[in-house]
Amino acid sequence: MPDLLIELFSEEIPARMQGKAADDLKKLVTNGLVEAGLTYASAGAFSTPRRLTLSVDGLLAASPAVKEERKGPKVGAPEQAMAGFLRSTGLSEDQLEARDDKKGQVWFAVIDKPGRPAAEIVAEVLEHTIRTFPWPKSMRWGAGTLRWVRPLHSILCILSDETGAEVVDLDIDGIKSGDTTRGHRFMAPDAFSVTSFDDYAAKLKRAKVVLDASERADHIWADATNQAFAQGMEVVEDRGLLAEVAGLVEWPVVLMGKIEEQFLDLPPEVLKTSMKEHQKFFSVKNPKSGRIEQYVTVANIETSDQGATILAGNGRVLSARLADGKFFWENDLRIAKGDKMQPWIDALENVTFHNKLGSQKERIERIAALAREIAPAVGADPDLAEQAARVAKADLSSEMVYEFPELQGLMGRYYADAAGMPPEVGAACEEHYSPLGPSDDVPTAPVSVAVALADKIDTFTAFWAMNELPSGSKDPYALRRSALGLFRLLSENNHNVSIAELLHRSFDERLAVTAKMLRNVIGKEASDEKKAIVEEELLIIQATAEKRKHSLLTFLHDRLKVFLKDKGVRHDIIDACIAMEGSDDLNLLVKRAEALSDALKTDDGENLIQGFKRANNILSKEEEKDGVSYELDPDIKFAENDEEKALFKALDTAEAVIKPAMEQGDFATAMAAMAKLRGPIDAFFEATQVNSDNPIVRRNRLCLLHRIRTICGGVADLTKVEG
Amino acid sequence: MRLQNYWAAKGCAVLQPYDMEVGAGTFHPATTLRALGSTPWAAAYVQPSRRPTDGRYGDSPNRWQHYYQYQVIIKPSPPDLQALYLGSLEAIGIDMKMHDIRFVEDDWESPTLGAWGLGWEVWCDGMEVSQFTYFQQVGGHDCKPVSGELTYGLERLAMYVLGFDDGNEMPFNDPDAPIPLTYGDVFREAEAQYARWNFDVADTDTLLQHFKDAEAECARILAEPADDPKTGRRIVMAQPAYDQCIKASHLFNLLDARGVISVTERQAYIGRVRTLTVACADAFVQTAAGGYSPENAA
Repeated sequence: MPDLLIELFSEEIPARMQGKAADDLKKLVTNGLVEAGLTYASAGAFSTPRRLTLSVDGLLAASPAVKEERKGPKVGAPEQAMAGFLRSTGLSEDQLEARDDKKGQVWFAVIDKPGRPAAEIVAEVLEHTIRTFPWPKSMRWGAGTLRWVRPLHSILCILSDETGAEVVDLDIDGIKSGDTTRGHRFMAPDAFSVTSFDDYAAKLKRAKVVLDASERADHIWADATNQAFAQGMEVVEDRGLLAEVAGLVEWPVVLMGKIEEQFLDLPPEVLKTSMKEHQKFFSVKNPKSGRIEQYVTVANIETSDQGATILAGNGRVLSARLADGKFFWENDLRIAKGDKMQPWIDALENVTFHNKLGSQKERIERIAALAREIAPAVGADPDLAEQAARVAKADLSSEMVYEFPELQGLMGRYYADAAGMPPEVGAACEEHYSPLGPSDDVPTAPVSVAVALADKIDTFTAFWAMNELPSGSKDPYALRRSALGLFRLLSENNHNVSIAELLHRSFDERLAVTAKMLRNVIGKEASDEKKAIVEEELLIIQATAEKRKHSLLTFLHDRLKVFLKDKGVRHDIIDACIAMEGSDDLNLLVKRAEALSDALKTDDGENLIQGFKRANNILSKEEEKDGVSYELDPDIKFAENDEEKALFKALDTAEAVIKPAMEQGDFATAMAAMAKLRGPIDAFFEATQVNSDNPIVRRNRLCLLHRIRTICGGVADLTKVEG
Repeated sequence: MRLQNYWAAKGCAVLQPYDMEVGAGTFHPATTLRALGSTPWAAAYVQPSRRPTDGRYGDSPNRWQHYYQYQVIIKPSPPDLQALYLGSLEAIGIDMKMHDIRFVEDDWESPTLGAWGLGWEVWCDGMEVSQFTYFQQVGGHDCKPVSGELTYGLERLAMYVLGFDDGNEMPFNDPDAPIPLTYGDVFREAEAQYARWNFDVADTDTLLQHFKDAEAECARILAEPADDPKTGRRIVMAQPAYDQCIKASHLFNLLDARGVISVTERQAYIGRVRTLTVACADAFVQTAAGGYSPENAA
């Protein structure tokens, strides 16, 4: 069985695309082969900056022959139908078989498809793969029309077995396949031919190319940590950077250098970000001082001076970059210390947050007011929360954040601290954007939480106020992610806050601004008639706001379903909880849903639902029939059997537990007590006919069922639970 | 000079800088216009370029509002363009065996030119020394064939080759000459003067009026019929129109440096310049240089 080796050799492929491209090559080629009947034993794909390589082992030498049967027209069908069938099958009439079918005789064509040699299939599949390759961005070059990520130079494509290797012939827009490739661009640029994957990988290594990206990454990491260790240092781990750097070199050479003394006092994050973003350097930390003092750069070449020239050049570039960083830092500190960041806040007046939403500064005003409002509920000092909200986004105007947007928040903390503000304020600057993703930590400091909540709620109301909502795959302002952040802020910190109230406030604030604007526009001198029109308009706006507020709450509930679904809570359970009063307290809602979900997972809980529904259905039916509601307290003295009496007692016991537990928000206890009703309810139905002939007994029983409804319904709306 | 000789030896027409204020070498009609159409083309030239917002009063070691770019454009892009480019680095004294040369993804886009391409920034020991681009679209037209464009930042390259950290200290003539001159001696004073004018003094009303004039003149030129009534010949005036486009672009840059263009207006101005470029590109493909011939027009 032959092995297949493919290499697509091009100009430098962007590092970020290499991994996926190798996977795509493997998927597209092996799928194509299998579809054409060529199965294989195993396959592996590799990438370097200049090549994508695929090795397929144990391929069939040819696809198996197949017999294809096709049903044609009826015997005696019109000429035209026959002609069409013959044309499509490529047979003549005497080659067809007439067979019996349900409706008489029908012509059948039996087409023998002979197996095809592997080379033929490989050539076809590879050409199709190259022409339809899913690059995120591709280009043309020269006078050709072929598209590839960068100009494609050569195609190596061979089938090899014990007897030797054979080139699979292929010609794509003038690029002919062969059995040759080239080594490292500078250290081994000459072409050489290969006979198998092992031969290829070995020769490449001699030609200074490490084919496997993970091998390059491992080498870089091992060498970097060794060099650092030798000097008592530690390399700061960065997997993303490691993968990227491994995609920038074919022959990694790790070099370590020192950062100039004058830059060591820059915040470590600034050093790290500057080195990573601009230079793709790893940071090297001195564990004794805790500072970042050195760097690791990865070159693509071995030189006679062991990289001294390269390191010196890189060091010069780094110093120039850090000189910029230092310049920004010192300028920023002056404004932070001298003017308490005020010029930055003023400058935000000219920064548009969204063209319909006014400036960042206006937004900050709203967030500050809201943060103050939220503060008591999350245990924060209102003054501090307001102060923090006012400066939390000031760093957006700083030079450092202009240069490195990813340092937003963090620089705010440095600058707030430098300005001598309380530490809670600095912390809020840094933390109020969090959590950004599901793995991001949730801030716990009360002031940070207050600002983070206010920021998110203002964003929601802003977008809902102008009706720019996420739809389908479109969510340019990541509102869904913000919703998730909101839930985590509330539930992980166990804060009970009425969201409806906050939304109400946030919308009201906007309305007040709009109202003021409209009244100002029309002016005091306007006629009463005009003023009346404005007031009427305002009422309409207010009504719209009410609708939007409702839509926003629904959105949040919907997102909460997604959030809880990930935690294994079914959507019907969440619906049962959303239907309860106070469900705009999202923390409470989460707890209730989780407790209900847990309770329903027990045997009792699951069966209780059946009992509850039975009770509820009977009751509803009878109530409808009688046109009355059986709300009165049932009396145990009318109970006729033991089961009925037992249910009375069980309900008393359950109620005594559930009521106080619910008041304390202890849903687990309440739900467990509720689930215990399962036995008595089941036994009651087993032994008792609700619709007794005795009207007093019947009424008493219906009132008893009503008690079941009330007690269980106080925990969650069980009618919404499926099952 | 060595770059000139190298690219001349490789068959490029060595051109002179375009005699207008441009933001980058790409604006030279030898690149923007000649990248259009199917007629082969190969040119190399130095282009003094102006970016008013980059002014630092002559104080920055590596940033000036007036600087030099070296530009090479070859259509169709030859298969060995990377090797040719590396040869040019060797020609100016960069030893490939001692330095770490890297092609790092960097896609190029010029919204004002309605142009984009894919390529790299080329790093030498971690410093960006060139931009390498395969044009895919210019002036809204697909480039067929594709041009390969190389842009060298001459100051940076010289700093690197000569080993200077501060560009202003680089010798501009023979350091042993009777009157030795550095880059700073030549340009620093002018840098300060332009920085002051660009940032604080230029009259924005006048600039804005000039912008509108250039826009109007461009449209007027292109509205003329192709056949010249005087000579009876077909003369499509793509380049004179494009001059107005260059003007408008530079005026926009000046207005931007004066800080009178808001974020939203910015997009609108860029769109206006692009409209001009696209119109000029449309006109250029109607010229012989742009691949027009009476036969294929019919």
